[in-house]
Amino acid sequence: MKPHDMSRPDALLSVRKLTKLFGSFAACDGIDIEIQPGEIHALLGENGAGKSTLVKMLFGVLTPSAGQIVWKGQPVRIGSPGEARKTGIGMVFQHFSLFEALTVAENIALSLDPGISLARISDEAAALSHAYGLPLDPKAHVADLSVGERQRIEIVRALLQNPQLIILDEPTSVLTPQEADRLFETLAKLKAEGRSVLYISHRLEEVQRICDRATVLRHGKVTGACDPKRETPASLARMMVGNEVATVSAAGTTTRGDVLLQARNLNVPARTPFAVSLKNLSLTVRSGEVLAIAGVAGNGQSELFDALSGEYPVADNDAIRIRDHAVGASGITARRLIGASFVPEERHGHAAVTGMSLSDNLVLARSQSDRRAFLTGGPLGIIRHKIVREAAKRISAAMDVRKSGEDPPAGSLSGGNLQKFIVGRELDRQPSVMIVNQPTWGVDAGAASRIRQALVDLAKSGSAVLVISQDLDEIFEVATEIAVINEGRLSNAYPAQDMTREKIGLLMGGAHDKAGAEAQHAH
Amino acid sequence: MRIELEKRPGGSRLFSFVSPLLALLLTVVCGGVMFALLGKDPVSALYSFFIEPLQEVWSLHELAIKAGPLILIAVGLSVCYRSNNWNIGAEGQFTMGAIAGSFLPIVFYEWHSPLILPLMLVMGMLGGALYAGIPALLKAHFNTNEILTSLMLVYIAQLFLDWLSRGMWRDPQGYNFPQSRNFVPEAILPEVLSSGRAHWGFVFAIVAAVLVWFMMRFTLKGFQITVLGQSERAGRFAGFSSRGMIWFSMLFSGALAGLAGISEVSGSINHLQPSISPGYGFTAIIVAFLGRLNPLGIIASGLVLALTYLGGEAVQLSLEVSDKVTRVFQGLLLFFVLSCDTLIHYRIRLVFDRLKGASDGAA
Repeated sequence: MKPHDMSRPDALLSVRKLTKLFGSFAACDGIDIEIQPGEIHALLGENGAGKSTLVKMLFGVLTPSAGQIVWKGQPVRIGSPGEARKTGIGMVFQHFSLFEALTVAENIALSLDPGISLARISDEAAALSHAYGLPLDPKAHVADLSVGERQRIEIVRALLQNPQLIILDEPTSVLTPQEADRLFETLAKLKAEGRSVLYISHRLEEVQRICDRATVLRHGKVTGACDPKRETPASLARMMVGNEVATVSAAGTTTRGDVLLQARNLNVPARTPFAVSLKNLSLTVRSGEVLAIAGVAGNGQSELFDALSGEYPVADNDAIRIRDHAVGASGITARRLIGASFVPEERHGHAAVTGMSLSDNLVLARSQSDRRAFLTGGPLGIIRHKIVREAAKRISAAMDVRKSGEDPPAGSLSGGNLQKFIVGRELDRQPSVMIVNQPTWGVDAGAASRIRQALVDLAKSGSAVLVISQDLDEIFEVATEIAVINEGRLSNAYPAQDMTREKIGLLMGGAHDKAGAEAQHAH
Repeated sequence: MRIELEKRPGGSRLFSFVSPLLALLLTVVCGGVMFALLGKDPVSALYSFFIEPLQEVWSLHELAIKAGPLILIAVGLSVCYRSNNWNIGAEGQFTMGAIAGSFLPIVFYEWHSPLILPLMLVMGMLGGALYAGIPALLKAHFNTNEILTSLMLVYIAQLFLDWLSRGMWRDPQGYNFPQSRNFVPEAILPEVLSSGRAHWGFVFAIVAAVLVWFMMRFTLKGFQITVLGQSERAGRFAGFSSRGMIWFSMLFSGALAGLAGISEVSGSINHLQPSISPGYGFTAIIVAFLGRLNPLGIIASGLVLALTYLGGEAVQLSLEVSDKVTRVFQGLLLFFVLSCDTLIHYRIRLVFDRLKGASDGAA
C-alpha cells in the first residue's frame, strides 16, 4: 500500500485515455479519471454515456481497446473479475447475481476461493455486516430477503475481499429512501477507513449529498470533473446533457374539445391471482387534455392499460369509448384503426422485440394502421422493407434517437433512446388518442424531458393524452388533469393547478374522493 | 488453467455459419472412434458410411427418397419452432397422413382415375393437419403442454396403423401378410427422372422449403411467426393472436408431415403396412435444428441426415455392424449441433493463472 515512484503519487487508481470500441462506435473515448484514496467519487452521465462500459473495463468484464489503467502507480491489465478482485477492486452490480435457492453464506462462498469452510464464511460475513451496519443473517435464504437485503449481500461479498476500491452501479435505484440512508452511512464508514468508492448514479441530489468529487461523462467522453457540492443540479445536468434540460412547457392554455376517450363504469376481474381488479372505473379525456393517473405501483395501472389498449378486451363493449366508438370488446388493432396509439410500460418484450431491428419494431406496432404504406396489397402481405426503413429513419431523426448503425436491434439501444423511438413510432402517426404507461420509467433526464414535451405538444395539437405514471414530477410537468388510482379504483380527476403533492398523497393512500374533495376544500 | 464461457456482446455471424459444420466434423470424428472401438477400420468404415452412397446414381435416388420426407416435415416443424410451439409428434402426423391418404386406393381399390392422386395428397395433408389439431386444441384452450400431447399421439397413430394393416385393411389376397392391397397405378406418385426411383415427394419438399423461406423472409405472416416466437406479449401488443398462431403452426406442420406420409406410401411403398417410417418424424427434428430453422438450411441438413440412413444400411451390409449405428450417428449429430450452437453466443476463453504475476508486480 506504500506509494511507489510515479507521476501522480497519491492516486489510488488513474485511468488514462481509456477507449472501448464496439465496431466503429466508441462507447468510451479517451477517458481520464483519477480516484484518490478515501474519497467517494461520483460517475455521472445519462443512459448510454459510457458509464457501464467504463466500469466494466475497470472490473475486467470488458477489455479496453486502448488506454491504460494505473493502480497505485503501476500499469495493470485486468483480464477478469477475479483478477480485479485480487487487485483490490470490488463491484456491486445494479442487477444482482444471487442464487435465490441458496443461503446468504452459500452465495458469498461462491465468489470466494474454494476451500474456505462455510462456517468461517458465515462468521466473517456476520462480523463484517455488523461492523458496517449492514444487518444480515448468513443462514437466511436469498429468496426470503428484500431487495435492500440482497444488495447488502453483494456489498458484504465485495468487502470480504478487502478491496481498496468499491464500485457501486446505481445502488439506490432499487432502495427505499430509508434503505438508501443506511447505505450512505456504510459508505461513510468505508471512506473513513481510507477505502475509495466509485459511485455511479444519475440522481444528482444523492451525488451532491455524499460524493467528494464527480466525473461527468457524455457520449463516451469526460465533459466535466468537479466538486458536486459546489455545483447546482442545473449545472450538473448541463454537463450531463450538454445543454440545459429543457423545462417542459405546460399545456394549460389549450382549448378543450370533444371527448375522445372515455371509460364508464369499467369493471375488470383480476386475470391472475397477483393481478388487481378494476372496480367501477370511469374517466374522460377531451381533445387538448393530458389526464395523468398517479398511484403507487401495483394498484391496477397495468390492468387499466391492458383494458384501454385492448390487449385484453373487456366484456362490456360500451365501457370504453374511443372517438365515440364503443370499443370495449374490440382488440388493439381495431382501436388503432380509429386513431388510438399505445405505449406500454415495459420496453423489452412488450413495446419492442429486443432481438429485432428498429424497422421491424416499427412494423410491430403499425402493421395494420399503416397497412397501405408498409405492405403490398393482396393476401400475401409482403413487407416493404425499404419504405419501413425510411420511416424508422424519419422517426429516429425526429426524436433524436442515438444508435450504433443504420437499423440496429432494439436491444442494443439504451433505455432512453429505445423509449424515444417507441414514443416516436406512435407520434409519427399523429394519433388522436394516445395512452402511455410510465412514459419515462428508467429513462435519463434528457430523453425524459423530450418525451414529456412531445406528449404535451400532442395534446396542444388537439389530441387526447392519457399518461399513467408513478413519477409526480412528471405528472405535474405534463398534466392538465390529475386523477389517482388506488386498489383498482380511480378518483375523480382534478385540474392540475388545483392539485398538490399532499392531496395526491392522500388519494394514493386510499382516502378517495371524499378525502380528495375535503383536501381540495381545505386549501 | 481453466476453460470459461464468455458471453459475446452479439451473436457471432461467423459461428452461426461454422457451428453446423463443426458439429458435422465432430460427429465424424466420434463416429470414427466408435468404429475403431467396434474393431473396424475407421477410415474405410467412414468411407462406406459417408462417401460410397454418393457414388452411384441409384443410391443418389435413394438419398432423394429419404431426404424428401425429412425436408418436408422439418420445414413444417421450423415454422412451429420459430413460433415457440413445440410439435414433437410429426411422426404421428406423418402416419395419420399416410392412413388418410390411403383411404381411397384401399377402400375404393377398383377406382381408376387421374383424380385419385391429387385427392390422396389433399386427404393426406388433411389427415396430418387434423391429427396435429388435437394438441393444438389442447394447448390453445386447455393450456396443455404440446410437447407431451403431440409425442403421446405418435404411439396412438402407430398402433392405429398396425391395427388397420393387420385387421380391417389387410389385403384379402395377401396370404395373411399384415399389409394392405397394393395401390392401383393411378394412385402411385410417379418418378421424377427415368434414371431411378426418386418420386415427386422430393420435389414437394424443395418447393415447400422455398415457399416457406419466402414466407418467413418477406411476408407479414412470417413476421408474426417470428414476433410471437420471441415474445408473446409483444405479439399481443402488435395485435397478433398467439392462440391463432398455435393453430396455424400446428396445422401447417401437421399438413406437411401428412403430405410427407402419403408421398412416402404412394411413392415408395405402394401399400400400407405396420411400419412405414424409419423415424422420419423424429429425425426431422434434428434436420430442423441442424438447418438453423431456416428452410434453405433444412434442404442441406435433410440431405445430410438422409445420408446417415443410407450410410447405416451400407455399413450394416459391408461391415456387419448393427443398424443402430444410424441412430447413434443421428444422436451424436444432434448433440454436437446443440452444443456447438453455444459458440454463437459465447466464446471460449482459456484462463491461465497469470494474475499472481500481475498483482505481484503492482504491489
